[in-house]
Amino acid sequence: MTNIPLIPVLLLGAVLFCLGLLAVITKRHAIVVLMGIELIFNAANLNLVAFNRLQPDLMQGQIFSVFVMVIAAAESAVALAIILKVYQYFKTVNLDQIGSGTDT
Amino acid sequence: MNPVLLLFYVFGLMAVGAAAFMVATKNVLYAAFGLLITLLSLAAIFILLFADFVAVAQLMIYVGGVVVLILFGVMLSNQVQGKAVQSESVNRWSGSLVVLTLFGGLAYLILSANYLVPAAPLASAGDLPETKTSIITIGIRLITNFALPFEVASLILLIALMGAAYISTEEKHD
Repeated sequence: MTNIPLIPVLLLGAVLFCLGLLAVITKRHAIVVLMGIELIFNAANLNLVAFNRLQPDLMQGQIFSVFVMVIAAAESAVALAIILKVYQYFKTVNLDQIGSGTDT
Repeated sequence: MNPVLLLFYVFGLMAVGAAAFMVATKNVLYAAFGLLITLLSLAAIFILLFADFVAVAQLMIYVGGVVVLILFGVMLSNQVQGKAVQSESVNRWSGSLVVLTLFGGLAYLILSANYLVPAAPLASAGDLPETKTSIITIGIRLITNFALPFEVASLILLIALMGAAYISTEEKHD
């Protein structure tokens, strides 16, 4: 039985979480921010699957990661619909230009 | 070093490199492709972690659904024709500082934590058959212990799809 130790998996999850957070903080294109959020979801999934192996008979981590995927799919569908509506209204998806009140 | 661990490091480096490329690049389409490589590498890592159902779900939901949805979003929200879609970045240095600080804290927490590994599996899991795959266990758990979260998740998915369809339709009355 070859096993991957727990610590590298958790560190990989932390790296992916930080990169997703960096995309959310620094990028101004709304779709790239959405991609960063997807990356954060994946880092959470990786942690859930990694901790699942501490109790492999219950499968709680894997089942919960499937639920996280369902929520992420629903979230991205709604967010892209909102982004398309915002684009029709403001003619841009740059978050700074939207936030600075180009309407009225 | 055994081959499973070697494969884990290869796919982990691929995932981190593609995610870093996604953050670094200005082209939104290239960022979507970087996200695609990251998701595929994570599916491989899920297989190495004995989570085959999660890996297949990752391939179907993320690679087959979310990335395609994001690519359609990039295409439909593009005003300039014949020019690559660019993404500005702001607060690059302060954002990097915040993220590096957070990663330092997380790494310290991960490396110094005391993981409580349960000595023996719980007694309720004893009646499940010993299998190589996790699909049977996940299926049984989904209709017994996790039936209510399963139904709530399906309801949330239905409501989200209805909401997305309602938001993206044109208003008829005006």
